[in-house]
Parts: sequence; C-alpha cells; structure tokens
Amino acid sequence: MLAYLVAVWLLLIGLYGVITSRHLVHLVLCLGVMQASTYVLLLAIGWRIDAQAPIYVDIPPRARVVDPVVQALTLTDVVVEATVVAVLLALSVQAHKRFGTCDPDALGALRG
Amino acid sequence: MSVRARLVLGLGSLAALGALLVWAVAGLPDFGHPRGPYAVLAPQIVLNERHVANAVTGVNFDLRGFDTLGEELILFVAALGATVLLRAQRAERAVEDAQEAEERRAAGTTDALRALGAAIVGPMVLLGIYVVVHGALTPGGGFQGGVILAGALLLVYTAGQVVAVQRVRPVSLVEVTDAAGAAAYTLVALAGLVFGVAVMDNVLPIGTTGSLLSGGFVPVLSIAVGVEVTAGVTLILSEFVDQMLLHGGGRREEG
Amino acid sequence: MSVAPLAVLVPVLTATLLAATSPVARRRVAGVVAVVAAIATAALCVATLVQARGGTIVVWFGGWTPRGGAAVGIDFAVDPVGAALAVFVAVLGVAALVMCIELIQVEDHLFDAIALVFIAAMVGFCMTGDIFDLFVFFELMSVCAYVLVGYEIRQRAPLEGSLTFAITNSIGSILLLCGISLLYGRTGALNLAQMGRALAEGPADGLVVVAYALVAGGLLVKAAAVPFHFWTADAYAVAPTPVGLLLGGAFSELGLYGLARVHWTVFHDVLAPHEAKVRAILVGLGLLTALVGAVMCCAQHHLKRLLAFATISHVGLFLVGIGLLSADGLAGAAVWIVGDGLVKAALFACVGILNDRFATVEEAELHGRGRELRGIGVLFCLGALAVASLPPFGPFVGKTLVEDAALKGGYAWVAAVMVVVSALTGGALLRVGLRVFFGRGRPAPRDAYSAGSDDERGGEDHEGEASLTRVSPLLWGPAVALVLASLAWGLWPGLVDAAGRGAERFVGTTAYANAVLRGMPLPAVASPLHGPGATGLLYAAASVLGAVGVALAAAAGIRERAPRAGLRALDGLRALHSGRPGDYAAFTAAGVALLGGLLALAIG
Repeated sequence: MLAYLVAVWLLLIGLYGVITSRHLVHLVLCLGVMQASTYVLLLAIGWRIDAQAPIYVDIPPRARVVDPVVQALTLTDVVVEATVVAVLLALSVQAHKRFGTCDPDALGALRG
Repeated sequence: MSVRARLVLGLGSLAALGALLVWAVAGLPDFGHPRGPYAVLAPQIVLNERHVANAVTGVNFDLRGFDTLGEELILFVAALGATVLLRAQRAERAVEDAQEAEERRAAGTTDALRALGAAIVGPMVLLGIYVVVHGALTPGGGFQGGVILAGALLLVYTAGQVVAVQRVRPVSLVEVTDAAGAAAYTLVALAGLVFGVAVMDNVLPIGTTGSLLSGGFVPVLSIAVGVEVTAGVTLILSEFVDQMLLHGGGRREEG
Repeated sequence: MSVAPLAVLVPVLTATLLAATSPVARRRVAGVVAVVAAIATAALCVATLVQARGGTIVVWFGGWTPRGGAAVGIDFAVDPVGAALAVFVAVLGVAALVMCIELIQVEDHLFDAIALVFIAAMVGFCMTGDIFDLFVFFELMSVCAYVLVGYEIRQRAPLEGSLTFAITNSIGSILLLCGISLLYGRTGALNLAQMGRALAEGPADGLVVVAYALVAGGLLVKAAAVPFHFWTADAYAVAPTPVGLLLGGAFSELGLYGLARVHWTVFHDVLAPHEAKVRAILVGLGLLTALVGAVMCCAQHHLKRLLAFATISHVGLFLVGIGLLSADGLAGAAVWIVGDGLVKAALFACVGILNDRFATVEEAELHGRGRELRGIGVLFCLGALAVASLPPFGPFVGKTLVEDAALKGGYAWVAAVMVVVSALTGGALLRVGLRVFFGRGRPAPRDAYSAGSDDERGGEDHEGEASLTRVSPLLWGPAVALVLASLAWGLWPGLVDAAGRGAERFVGTTAYANAVLRGMPLPAVASPLHGPGATGLLYAAASVLGAVGVALAAAAGIRERAPRAGLRALDGLRALHSGRPGDYAAFTAAGVALLGGLLALAIG
C-alpha cells in the first residue's frame, strides 16, 4: 500500500509544482515528477512477492516471475514521456530567447 | 487570476484529488499479489511459443509490438519536432563561428578529462550495440541500447571534442537514419501481412531459447528500434548542443 | 482479411519516406506525395467502413487471438461509427494537405511528414480496441499537434500557444495513464472488452469511480470541455491554417469519441445501476461547456479564437448528445460531429485565405476588406448558417436527432438551450461574415484583449504580397468541397438509418465483447430512428433566425447598449483565460477533482 501512496504523493507534488512554477525548466521537470509517479504506480501494481525477474535464462521455465506486461508498459511510457519533455524543453529554449525570461507568468500575449 | 487565487484553487483541488486517489488505491489488490490473466499468460506464451528468454522484450516487440510502433513514431516525431522548433534560430554561419570559438575554449579542457572520455567512448558504443542485439536474451533491447549509444555521443561533447561532434553528425544524415529506422519497423510489420497471416505476424524462424537468433523477428525489430532511437536522441541532443553553442555555452555563465 | 491496419501503416510509411528524402526532394513533389498518401488513407478507411457495415471487424495484430476469453495481443475492433469517423478524419486530412502545398512554403518537408503521422494517429485512435493502444495513439496525436501548432515559431504567439497546449495536454495524458493503471490493477487486462467483463463482476467502488474520473478527465482535456478548455483558444489562434482545420474539425471530437468508447465498453455494465446520475453529470458538463463557449465566442474579435470558442461550444453540445447515454443520443452526436466538423473546417479554410491575403485575422482590421473575395464571403456566411443548423446541412440532421433523444430521455428542456447556443455561435460567425466580406454594420471595437496582433503579421509563411492576384484554387477548392460535403452528408439517403444501426452496434457492450473475445458473430440490429420532423424544423428555424438576429444586432453595435454588470461579468470570464500555464494547470486539477467528487457523490 505504501508503494501506491508514494505514487499518489509524487503525482500531487508534481502537479503542485506545475501550478506554482516560476521557471519553465522547473515546470517541465515537475511534469517529469508526475510522469515518475505513473511509472511507480505501474511497477508497484506488477510486483509479485517471492518472484524473480522475468528473464528465463537461468531460471526454470515454470518459475514465479513478476508481471512483465507492466514493465513493457512502463518502458513505452518512459519513451513517450521523455519525448514530450524534449519538445517542451525545445519550446522553453525558444521562449527564453523570445521573451528574455523563463517565467511562465510572463506569457500573456494570448488572453481573453 | 491572481497568484493567491491560483494557489487557493490549486491547493484545494490537490487536497480533493489526493483524497480521491487514496480512496482509489485502497481498492487495488494487495501489494505483491497482482491479479489477472495477462500477467500469468504473457511470460508463458512468449517463452514457449516464441522462445524469447526476456519476457519484457517479448511482450514489447511481439505480443504488443503495435504499441511499440506507436511509441517509436512518437520519438520520431519528437526528434523532427526539436529540429523544426529550434531551426529558426540556427543559421549555419552562426553555428560555425560559435564552433570555432568553442574549439578554442575546448583546447583548455584538461587532458585527464579528454583521455578519460576517449577511453570510455569505445566500450560504451560496444555496450550499446551489445544491449541492442541481445534484447531477447538479457535485460535490454532497442530503446535502452539506443539511448546508451546516443549517450556515447554526448560523452564526446562533454570531454571537449566539439569539432569531432560536428564531423560525426551532419544533421541530414542523422535525420535520414532516424527515418530509416522508423521505416524499417513499419516494413517488418507489413511483412507480417505479406508473408504471414496478420500484420506484425512473426514470420522469421524462431530458433532456440537462449541463442542470439531466437524469437523470430524480435532481434530484427530490436535493431531497427536501436537505430531509430540512437538517431532520434542524437538529433535532439545535437539541436540542444547547437543552441548552447550559439549562446556562449554553459561554461561561461554563472557557475 | 481486413485493410484496417493499412489505413494506419500507409501514411506512416509515406511520412518516413518524406522525412528521409527531406534534404533532397523538391517542395511541390513532396506536397503532392503527401496528398496522394492522404487520399490513399481515405480510400482504405472507406473500404474498412464498407466491411464494417456487415459487423464489427476484429483484427488481432501478430495473429494473437484470445486464449480462453483472455486477450493476449492488441486488436483493432472497428465498428461502423469508428470507421465513419476514420473516413471523416482522412477526408479532413486530404483538405489540410492540399492547402498545405500553397500555404506552407518552408524548405523542408517535415510539415507534411508530421501531418501524415498526425492523420495516421487519429485513424488508429478510432479503430483500436485496446486501452493502452488508445493511450499510445492519444500521445502520438498530441505530440504531432504540439509540433504542428508551434510550427510558425518565428513569431511570439505560436510559442505561447504551443507551450500552454503542450503543458495542459501532458497533464491530461498523465491523469489518463493513472486511470489506465488503476483499471489494469483491478482487471488484469488491457483489452477494452475484457476489462468491461472483469469490472462488471465486482462492485462500483472507489477505484472504479476514480478511474472513471481520471480517464474521463484526461480525454476531456483533449476534447476541450470546460474547465479543461483553456488551451484551445490559445492553440487555435496561432496554429497554421491546415493544422487549425484538423484541430477544429477532428482533434477535440476524437476526445469525445474516446470517452464514449471507453464508457460503453468498459464502464457501462459496472455503472448500470447509477446510470441516471452519471447521465446528469455528463449532460450538465456538456451544457456548461456549450454556454461558456457560446458566450466567449460572441465576445471575440480575433477570428481564429472565435472559431476556437465556437468549436468548444459545439463540443459541449456533442457531449450532451453522448452524455444522454442512449443509442439515439450517440447516433445524433456522431452525425452532428461529422456534419459540423466539415463546416468548421471550411470556415477555418476561409479564415486561412483571409490571413494569407491580408496578413491579419482581427475583425476590426479586416472590416470590409473582404469585399473583393465575394465568393468566399458567400461560402463563409453559408457555413455560419449551417453551424446554426440550417437545413438540409449535416449539422441540422445531427441536431434534430440529439433533440429527439433528449426528449425521449426526459431532458426536453435541453433542446431549448441547444437552440440558444447554436444561435449565439452561428450569429457570431455570421456577424464576422457580414462585417468582413460585406462591410455591413459598424467596425468591430478594439478591446484590451487583441491577441498580439502585431505578431500575427506575416501569418503563414508566404513570400511577398500577392493581394492583387486571384485566390489559388488550392485554397478555395478545399473550402468549397468541405461545405458541399457537409451538404451531401445532410442529404444522404439512409444516413439516419445507418447512424441508428451504427449506434445500436456501438452501445451493444455484450455483443462487442463476444465478437472481440470469442469471435462470435454479431446479431442483427435495427434502427428505430426517423429523420427530422416538424419539431426539428421548428427548432432549426428558431436557431437560424436567432443567429441572423444576433448577427445583425451585434453588427449594429449592441455592445454599447448592454448592461454594465453583464459586461463586467464577461470581462471577468475573459480574464480567466490568462494565457498562463499555471492557471490552466490549476483549472485542470480543479476540474478532475470536481468530476471525481461529483461521481463519488453519485455512485460511492
């Protein structure tokens, strides 16, 4: 249960960071923390007690293993989220150049 | 909305959201006892029917290979996106001038750092290739190995060899490689349709568990993905490195 | 052997080819190749639709058919509604890529490549039967959109629009993934049909409720429902026209499709005892979205933002149709989405033509200048009236079906609200048409919110001013074709019947599960729907006349005579749309918390 609560906590603290951020890079990294919460949640769901890693090289074919599906999902998730972070950071670099500042609250040309 | 109003709204929502999420995770199965047919079926199928020792790679490239195609395309688009979003600032001349300035400064990098960098790059590339090719056997696969290979490039830059970096990655070559990797994956998927029964059907011989050529097309896809990820991550990193060069690099600024 | 997967793989392959040859190929050649690929995709989707009319097509990737009722692979489960939406998306894609050849003149072909992947992702989203595959396509759509919206990055505004868009949608997708994880933890499956079966065996407890709120929240961020809608106007205001066409016509509507699909396959059985309350929440959310969108739409003077709020408003109306949780409502929403999407895309194309010629999209600056584009003006006004459900266009048919469904579901008063909303949005659009293309009425006032119009100058990347030459057929051709398509959609014989049968198929949870997991053939379905009748025509007349009235009153300058308190409230609402990601994130969190709270009270 603690593992799940860790995931919940990471999600909440990351979202708090996004809401109150004053620097675009900090904001993107807070999104990264939120993403980390999804990894923790997925992997915690797949954990099996007294089981081994799902690599059948040196364990018998009938051994208890943890859930490999969840790990595959996490792998996909990591790649997806990393690429979103890359695009966001590219936008932040451009923002710094255009506005001279990295403060998200300085964005305000599009209003109403 | 004033900062204070935003804070109040944000904290209130987060508190409510937190309560809801705790209520939700209380309904999950006990930690350590996952439920469900998929978790039990998947490793058995992948091992027995495809002779893939690493169940995670087997699930990633065979059972759920179509998801991996989508994920690979996301990386492909993001790499192109970084090029598109940062190109407006990248005039060729400006980059060359900046590189000359950087080269002069790089000459001041300590010898120890350069030597260490040069020494590590070789083994790192080898490790990356190993991880990509042995995806079906040991923990690893196309994505992990591709990132290691791209990291080798970043190591070259960090160790002070900026000019070497430019020679290694003419941008259009990397873009083409990225696209080629993505195309290769799609073609393998279509090959399933042409030679087999369904799209993404595993039509190559399956081999024996534990040998390099096992799992049918799993190693092939792993290599395609490895190529694509290396090129994609390299493209993204090199775009950011260019930005740094254009703005005097991080070394001259505070800290 | 189904061609459904090819509809995704063909545009993807072409995109990689275009990206690979980007350094060497010529611009026009690449543009034409992209259009051909889009047409091929549309043809494949039509073939899939024809196949799907016999029953839901189920394709298992890799040949991994289910073992003992448990799915082990990923599937495409295409029913008529999904296939029809895929065709619609592909058609919009063709129009967008044709306009691209003329409007996007940068040296590389990356725009076409990314646009093709965007189309492929949307088509895949319509067809998939696996929840994680849905998420992957959702993310692919989003990333392509972030890049395409920010394409004109030399100006300041696209940067802001793209940033807020990316940040808000990323939060949405993270919440969606949390919901998916919770569902996987409970059911041990990722296939939609299997998850529905597994959930139905247990009670609707905290996990189910919160998972629903998270999944719905994530999808509604994309669908731009209030209060998740803040990113929409910013992104539409700065997106290049071909992207705006796809965003306004298909992107948000697919978020609603995702919600409907997940609701009916996964949550329908387990939430059956509480259906009335869930219905009330969804319909309420839809009406709130529709009203806020309509009011904001009337207050806008930036044409692209105006179209954005018109889209948001209509998304609210579609959500009402879906939220009625009945086959009739769903059929109406589907017909309306396609009909309205085609017209919206045509309106975007017209605005794109204005932007290309006059390098501005501010109503005040364009006043009367459109007189030389008389044909486009007529098209624009016709489109505005079609949005207000002028018979016999597509939106009219869809709206009457939803009104009938609301009547049957005991929500008769909703029809009146829908009339008001269509009148307001259609009226705002008509007002713009009259002012810009015919010079009628007083020029629009300049307000404090003119969105950085200096930076809009130079809009699309075109060389030099070509204001004296004729508008290229590559630009007005798609606009005309889209309006005609909406007319054809409304006039199509048997549309109502086909939509009714498609919707019955969509809501048949048990039949879907049997077809997907056990390969059992589907039972025949009948459609009890009938076409627009006298009530429908009456409501349509009310909204069209209302739109004309609103347009004339607004053009004559009614703002000066409006009550002070009303204007102050309007300004307050507009101030909330501040352009700051922190504010938007706070509203998203609040929206999900509110949705979760309401569902918890209703069900838990």
